[in-house]
Amino acid sequence: MSRPAQITDIQHGRLALRSGVMIYVGVLVVLPLAALVQHGLADGLLGLWRAAATPVAVQAMVLTLWTAALMAVINAVMGTLTAWALVRYEFPGRGVLSALVDLPFAIPTLVTGVMLVILLGPQSPLGGWLAAQGMPIAFAPPAIVLALLFITMPFVVRAVEPVLLEQDPAEEEAARTLGAGTWTVFRRILLPPILPALLSGTIRSFARALGELGSVIVVSGNIPYRTLTAPIYIFGEIESGQPQTAAAVSVVLLALALVLAFAARGIERATGVHNG
Amino acid sequence: MGIRVAGLTKHFGDFLAVDDVSLTVESGELVAFLGPSGGGKSTILRIIAGLETADAGTVAFNGQPADHLHPSARGVGFVFQHYALFRHMTVAANIAFGLRVQGASRRRQAERVAELLALMGLAGLGHRYPSQLSGGQRQRVALARALAPEPKVLLLDEPFGAVDAKVREELRHWLRKLHDEVHVTSIFVTHDQEEAFSVADQVMVIHRGRLEQAGTPDEILDHPRTEFVARFIGEANVFETRVQGGAGQVGALRIPVEGIADGTPVCLVVRFYDLKFWRDDQGCARVVRMTTLGDRVKVEAQIDGAGRIFSQFPRRSSLLHGIAPGCRIHIEVTLARAYAATK
Amino acid sequence: MARRARTRQLTGAQRLIVLLVFAYLGLILVLPLGALALHALAQGPGTLLLTLTEPAARQGLLLTLFVAIICVAANGLFGVAGALVLTRHRFLGRRVLDALVDLPLAVSPVMTGLAFLLIFGRGGWLDGPLDLLGLQVTFAVPGLVLATLFVTFPFTLREVAYVLEELGTSEEQAAMTLGASPWQTFWLVTLPNIRFGLGYGIVLTLARALGEFGAVLVVGGAISGRTQTATTFIYNALEERREAAAYGMALLLAVISVALLVAIEWLKRRRERGQ
Repeated sequence: MSRPAQITDIQHGRLALRSGVMIYVGVLVVLPLAALVQHGLADGLLGLWRAAATPVAVQAMVLTLWTAALMAVINAVMGTLTAWALVRYEFPGRGVLSALVDLPFAIPTLVTGVMLVILLGPQSPLGGWLAAQGMPIAFAPPAIVLALLFITMPFVVRAVEPVLLEQDPAEEEAARTLGAGTWTVFRRILLPPILPALLSGTIRSFARALGELGSVIVVSGNIPYRTLTAPIYIFGEIESGQPQTAAAVSVVLLALALVLAFAARGIERATGVHNG
Repeated sequence: MGIRVAGLTKHFGDFLAVDDVSLTVESGELVAFLGPSGGGKSTILRIIAGLETADAGTVAFNGQPADHLHPSARGVGFVFQHYALFRHMTVAANIAFGLRVQGASRRRQAERVAELLALMGLAGLGHRYPSQLSGGQRQRVALARALAPEPKVLLLDEPFGAVDAKVREELRHWLRKLHDEVHVTSIFVTHDQEEAFSVADQVMVIHRGRLEQAGTPDEILDHPRTEFVARFIGEANVFETRVQGGAGQVGALRIPVEGIADGTPVCLVVRFYDLKFWRDDQGCARVVRMTTLGDRVKVEAQIDGAGRIFSQFPRRSSLLHGIAPGCRIHIEVTLARAYAATK
Repeated sequence: MARRARTRQLTGAQRLIVLLVFAYLGLILVLPLGALALHALAQGPGTLLLTLTEPAARQGLLLTLFVAIICVAANGLFGVAGALVLTRHRFLGRRVLDALVDLPLAVSPVMTGLAFLLIFGRGGWLDGPLDLLGLQVTFAVPGLVLATLFVTFPFTLREVAYVLEELGTSEEQAAMTLGASPWQTFWLVTLPNIRFGLGYGIVLTLARALGEFGAVLVVGGAISGRTQTATTFIYNALEERREAAAYGMALLLAVISVALLVAIEWLKRRRERGQ
């Protein structure tokens, strides 16, 4: 530039950058979701209700919700425990364990399904034994919960870890010098700051589980009314040429997922946490 | 290069940070913006640099308006309070940066880096990274980096705020020495009065977004023009009273006041060293406490019928002979500055 | 604030907790992985290699790689640009953009696939224009690319935005006062400072693109030789009861994932150290 840089030149450049990004996001993210919502609501809310409230669909939703909820509860407890052990204790294998927690983020969900089928399918030693005890795992809801546990393992651990790391030992020590026992210290000093992170991590894991397909489709057997989850139902409707029903149920799931994401982000923003 | 600022105003949301400020810095001067935190000094500095934009007013360098220019085009060197050194570059690369982005040859860059390393007493540290340096060294690198592209103006935002007292003194010495050698028009922001008075040619006192007074250190110290400047500079007692019979009465203490009509409410500012006292059992005040502050002594006395009055004297001062907590003293104010009350 | 040192001497109760955690993670993570490895290798490494070198498997892997690279490039670029816009610009609609970035994470892959079908498929929004231009998006590679771009969109952006927030703007402002243009500032100051966050985001993108299943299945149809990725290869193989092929590919993907995991951990560590 032969003349000195003007503020307005820079502002034009910034506007161009912003516009580029907005266009990309608009085309890549907004457009598809708009198509989904438009199609699902093509017959209005009543049409949506009719399409999404069929017995099979409702059962699929119910199954999806309760398996995800059960998983979320287990995850909340075990995830916190895991984060606790990783942050506060030193033991052989701690580093490897910590790395392992991120594994579900790296592994394809389909591969997870395959692994679980190998481990727990009727032909496997473990699966066969369980079936003989009258507790078949594969192709039954427990398998779904297990798959979901694998997939969402990191959410709670990674959410709680930074909070535990930030905790000032001085607070705990002060409480102890004032006579508080271990349980009281945990309940009053350590738990409260963890709670928001725990909550948002659990919500995120729940939301993630709602949409899970790859692992569940392999491991559940997809039996309608028994092990057919909502995403698999949607997939089935697409395959059988019923995009309207698929879109309708999708809109319901999407609405739910958005509310959950909003809630989680709200909690995170209020407490200044990063979800990465 | 001279700087002229006229009618500068800046809001941050509802908060008025800079309120119609106009000032002039002569070419080659070393000026201090002095004032309490949050008073707008840094904001004015950043507006001059182009890092913030003013809502109203103009900034001109050598008479040429500069408001439309991007910071990269203003020829302004800036030193940040927390150094803002490029963490992934060596000291040498940091210093050379300004020349590098302007397309100077490798040889020119190397020459200038060597020059500045020598000037700032950093010889041999060129290959180090900022994380390997002490606070004082980092700030000297920041100075060197700002000076390398030969800016016409040097702006420093609380440059010595992040280091400890001893290092601060050293750095002040560097800055003064630097300015004497290089003669760049410089403005530095500080809330430390000692710093401002010991280093700068001109001091501009800025408070609540307004320029209270601009002048040499002596002018500011001896002729404070506003109540704020009088209170802020040095340590002072402040009394609010009404002029009666050519004096302000503060309890049993009588302070002569000149040039203000009787009946006017005034604010009287008396510096800690602008008064005398001696033992007097019929005196107007009683010594409450005497505190030793290193090589000075602070005397706190209770005026009959009014509040406390403080004074400070060197330990060996003859005024302190025979004075002890509990004894009564007579106080004579040698210099009181009176300002019509602003309430 | 002082960081507490980790307790080295564990009490009985604490040991129990550690044991519990080991058992939990072992059951959920290690056991399945081990079962896969054992089972796939039980076929004998020779058979394994054979199944992996069959043309369909090779094509699937190459296709997956191709799509993944495009996603890394496009979402890497727009991820950095988007992160800059989110953290360094102030404008009307910034909150909206922030919310939009997270959307793909909330959407089930099968819904993603459906959405793209509804735009580019038969009877979809762009069906006419595409037909006119003779372009095929659904049940073709472009569809796979678009769907995977959607699901991998947030990763790089979020990670770079995080690092940019932590870094602050003072170095960039310093560069400006020294005469650097916005591009020079980005290239010489910002980019080196975000490299580990960027690397982390890219590896996450890669892993996600590699593992994408639901969306590519719906949009692509998993047509062997045309739109069959590595993951849909496994799915088809399972449907056709060709377990050996399925498990072989699954093992390969698992191994690649573990390698990516190592990279993820390393980059995470370097990212924290850079602050």
